[in-house]
Amino acid sequence: MSATAPTARSRLSAPAWLRKLWLLLAESVVAILLALVVGGIGIAAFSGLLPNHSSFDLGLPIAAYGALWSGAVGSTNGITSTLVYSTPLILAGLGVGLGFKAGLFNIGGRGQFLMGTVGAMSVVTLIGSSTPGYITIPLALIVGAALGGFAGFIPGVLKATSGAHEVVTTIMLNYILVFTTYWAISGPLRLPNSPQPITVDVTTRNGALPIVLGRDGHIGILFALLAVPLVWFLLYRTTLGFELRTAGANSDAARYAGMKTRQLIVLAMTLAGALCGLAGATTLLGVVHQIAPGYDTTIGFDAITVALLGRSNPVGIMLSGLLLGGMRAGAQSMQISPGVPAELVDALQAIILLFLLVNVLRRWRARRAPGGSASASADSTEIAPAFGMVAK
Amino acid sequence: MPGEAAATSVPALEMRGITKRYPGVVANDHINLDVRRGEIHALLGENGAGKTTLMNVLYGLARPNEGQILLDGKPVTIAGPSDAIDRGISMVHQHFMLVPVLSVAENVVLGSETMANRLFLDRGEANKRIAALAKRFGFALDPEMKVGSLSVGQQQRVEILKALYRDAQILVLDEPTAVLTPQETDEIFALLRKLAADGRSIVFISHKLYEVLAVADRITVIRRGRVIGERKPSETTEAELAELMVGREVELTVDRGVSHAGAPMLQVEGLHVADDRRQEVVPGATLQIRAGEILGIAGVAGNGQDELVEALIGLRRPSAGKVTLDGREVTGFSPRAMNEAGVGYVPGDRQRFGLILAFPLYDNLVLTSYYRPPFAHGFLREDAAVLESADEQVERFDIRVPSSTVATATLSGGNQQKVVVAREFDRPLKLLVLDQPTRGLDVGSIEFIHRQIIAKRDAGTAVLLVSAELDEVMEISDRIAVMFRGRIVAELDGRTADKSQVGLLMATGGDKATAEEATA
Repeated sequence: MSATAPTARSRLSAPAWLRKLWLLLAESVVAILLALVVGGIGIAAFSGLLPNHSSFDLGLPIAAYGALWSGAVGSTNGITSTLVYSTPLILAGLGVGLGFKAGLFNIGGRGQFLMGTVGAMSVVTLIGSSTPGYITIPLALIVGAALGGFAGFIPGVLKATSGAHEVVTTIMLNYILVFTTYWAISGPLRLPNSPQPITVDVTTRNGALPIVLGRDGHIGILFALLAVPLVWFLLYRTTLGFELRTAGANSDAARYAGMKTRQLIVLAMTLAGALCGLAGATTLLGVVHQIAPGYDTTIGFDAITVALLGRSNPVGIMLSGLLLGGMRAGAQSMQISPGVPAELVDALQAIILLFLLVNVLRRWRARRAPGGSASASADSTEIAPAFGMVAK
Repeated sequence: MPGEAAATSVPALEMRGITKRYPGVVANDHINLDVRRGEIHALLGENGAGKTTLMNVLYGLARPNEGQILLDGKPVTIAGPSDAIDRGISMVHQHFMLVPVLSVAENVVLGSETMANRLFLDRGEANKRIAALAKRFGFALDPEMKVGSLSVGQQQRVEILKALYRDAQILVLDEPTAVLTPQETDEIFALLRKLAADGRSIVFISHKLYEVLAVADRITVIRRGRVIGERKPSETTEAELAELMVGREVELTVDRGVSHAGAPMLQVEGLHVADDRRQEVVPGATLQIRAGEILGIAGVAGNGQDELVEALIGLRRPSAGKVTLDGREVTGFSPRAMNEAGVGYVPGDRQRFGLILAFPLYDNLVLTSYYRPPFAHGFLREDAAVLESADEQVERFDIRVPSSTVATATLSGGNQQKVVVAREFDRPLKLLVLDQPTRGLDVGSIEFIHRQIIAKRDAGTAVLLVSAELDEVMEISDRIAVMFRGRIVAELDGRTADKSQVGLLMATGGDKATAEEATA
């Protein structure tokens, strides 16, 4: 293209890389915009249910989205809150995305997240309150990630040895791990002499993550933002990442090329579980501080949306994690000011996922392009295997 | 019908100045084609020449940028496949469009069902029509059979029956013989002649020279989207057609030269290999290949060749026996250990086993060496070295791509196979295992790959060639081993072996197998 002789290295340099990312995420952007339109129609249609609004108030969607926006990024508190909400979404999103890249559909994020929580809590419970935070916290995070990793390791081993499909085993394991969590807080992790099954508050044991931003911006935000380049580096710059992606794209060819595909399955599931576990551990130490009865999470499933929206690409996952986190952060101010229920955010997330799954943009392009089917199939080979897997 | 009176002078189908552009390529450049009633018209061209695009235009799957289609002299616009079918055009695709769990009759009527009433199919009527058609054209098909239980050749006949049921006057067959055995090919040719004699027009797409010469009434050669010439089989030769098709003189049979075989390189002794169902499909194979020698394995598919190959490249652990490579025992080595011991491998199904289609070209070129210097240091990949080596291989192996960063899926079959060949051949090898290395390729690519194989042999590599195409085995092997029920039943000299003799050995196993069975 350019007049200068391209060296081998320059062909992978920033502009091309950025253009590639755009190509990758264009479909996601279209899905988001369409979801906003559909959500807007929904808000307008039901505006009559709110006090002081006409039955079809066209201004209301604008006001709601405006409040959502300013709630998410309009103030330091808003930005902090966005980052805090985004942290587990990005970490678990990276876990699910890593699985997608390796050809695995990890639905076990919920259980892995809870194991991360239990792991971190165990460290805080066992360690005395005299131990300083710089020992307790790293140890709690490591054990949380390890326990989350173990929750991924099990379906990994099951798949590698018997071929049991990870979708089935991770869903089943979710139930087991939810109840394992309940057992843990009513048994070994229960606060002594408490009337109900509840754990100790980590703030009383030097276990709370340090606040680095605003009122509640804990340091876990940095871990999430740091994990993005690390996972990217692993996937695209290391031989292990190449093996994972190869096994994910075509496991037969990977086996023929001498890669140990069974080990790769176990490793990918373990890493995915560890990232989801870390999401659980940072949420415990940075936000909730205590496991109360009925503690559960939707992060495992939200992370699937995040990974799909970000096309399994670490940078894309960071962007989509920030988007969904921002929506959560802005939901409260939207509910307060124009009075649109915060649940709208759940609806938007679901609509985004639906538009992603029907591939609006690709269909539209395929219809417009001459000989549509041919160009569409060429497109579909370069996008994340995640979509193919969902389609299967 | 009004068209019938004019049938003798007006072509049944005429395509005038068809131009079809895709971003960056002109797939069809003002193509003219006319097909007469009762004619078998072959469309000959290399992969990617534009044959399939032209037929997609005819079938309404692609809209041309320019040009006109005339049926019986009348211009028509074909908006889609259903439109094409209504006008009597049917297409038999390379990959069949059949529902395996449905019966032959159900597949045939699918999409044009005769209804007894609003709710139920009129099966009786449909079966009657199918039986009549089958009788008229000599199909040996049971309408009640499930399509999934039929052989590939029979499935193809179901596709043709489907077209006839819709009363197709113009029948397009896209590479119909690619999946057939030689005998099935003869059968389909006989059927096509019957259909032509019945007054139907047949467009036969192929890149196999001897086939178009055998079956066509007229041959139109397409190259790079243009019509290069039109010939009658009686007035042309394979060599001329090949030259038209490729654009230069082509050696249809690469001169294999003389083998200067050296010391034994690969020795396989009493190898027992079981398949996935734990059936012992290789019950003790013994063979030897010397350095600088090509051993071709001839055998009907499913006689243990796949398992033998998998055992030799480390994918399948033999249950007994010994494999020695250059004096070193390598029995039971992993694929990577075999690769490092100097074994190269070209799989039969390149898209499934040899390539990651979603990956760029340069990643596929290092699929087996990505972890070694210079492509990696420790766990870090060295993109610069990978790209540099890729550019060099693209050049040297004549892989036709704009850049080594394109996705491998966008390459033609021939170029994809060149990627595999570049990866596997481009290092010193002791043993090269080839499983149908030219399957589905055009003559230009076949010539190129055969040359590379012979060059590798002349460099002192032992080559094991397994192919279901007996012609290929006969053409380049120095020695031919016939495999029957997992055993090597005969060994012949590659230059003097007789095709019919080898064919007989493949089918029966020869005296040795018969004798063994008698004693067993």
